Amino acid sequence: MCIKNSNMSETFVPSDYFPVVIFFIFALLIGFGTLLLGVVLRPKRPYTQKLYPYESGNPPVGEPRYKFSVKFYIIAMLFVVFDVEAVFLYPWAVAYNKLGIFGFAEMMLFVFILLIGYIYVWKKGAFDWE
Amino acid sequence: MSTPQVLFAYFAVAMTILSLLVVTRRNPVHSVLWMLVLFIHIAALYLFLNAEFIAAIQIIIYAGAILVLFLFVIMLLNLRKEETEKRFQKQWLYSIAISVLFVFFLVLIVGNITVIPPPGPYTADVIKSEGHIMTVGKVLYSEFLLPFEIASLILLVAIIGAVVLAKKRIE
Repeated sequence: MCIKNSNMSETFVPSDYFPVVIFFIFALLIGFGTLLLGVVLRPKRPYTQKLYPYESGNPPVGEPRYKFSVKFYIIAMLFVVFDVEAVFLYPWAVAYNKLGIFGFAEMMLFVFILLIGYIYVWKKGAFDWE
Repeated sequence: MSTPQVLFAYFAVAMTILSLLVVTRRNPVHSVLWMLVLFIHIAALYLFLNAEFIAAIQIIIYAGAILVLFLFVIMLLNLRKEETEKRFQKQWLYSIAISVLFVFFLVLIVGNITVIPPPGPYTADVIKSEGHIMTVGKVLYSEFLLPFEIASLILLVAIIGAVVLAKKRIE
């Protein structure tokens, strides 16, 4: 809606990001292109034995998908949290020279509070796989 | 139509189609992968609003971290039985009718509003001259110092909550 109502000023066009668009287009072309090339070039003569996951091995039994351990969930959750922490570091690092020693102190407090959480997780043994 | 309008139209239409793909796929892993494409499109939409930092966060946090979490949760649940069951209940037609009506009124109302942003110290030219992330950093770590420090406490709660909830299931 903002496009419709604003009188198309220059700032609304993210033209600086045009190389990123080209990058995405090339990434898609290479990704799908190689897959397509494989489909076109390779011979396709399937038979039952060949389609087994392990040729001349044990025939597979049961579901290929099984329940993942909840441990993966903890790792993913902690990854989200520390990823958010890392995101806060980006603008801080860019504006570091303007913020001075006060900016340093407040980021140290921020990191310290999360360090408490990190030590808690470590002591609880959430990083232990077994 | 000018170039930005064409670009915006592409993103708007693509996002609508991608959202529909997310909710209609039978395989939940496919839904998540369509959502990944959707999140990248949303990041482009933030660029149209001159919010470069938010666009980067959209990719780093949402596409990078939160979708991995979604994927792990789906694998944790093992939705084999749910995949074969009926997904939409009988009232889906009514839901669509109400949604269309809602969008109709929304367009009717929003189309008549002209947005005049309030004048502030951070105009588009100021942001452009000193860099978007520099401005975000300067404002976030001086004016919005308290919310920033509160954010660390909220993250601490998230850490402890995740461990407390999941640790019980391991033992």
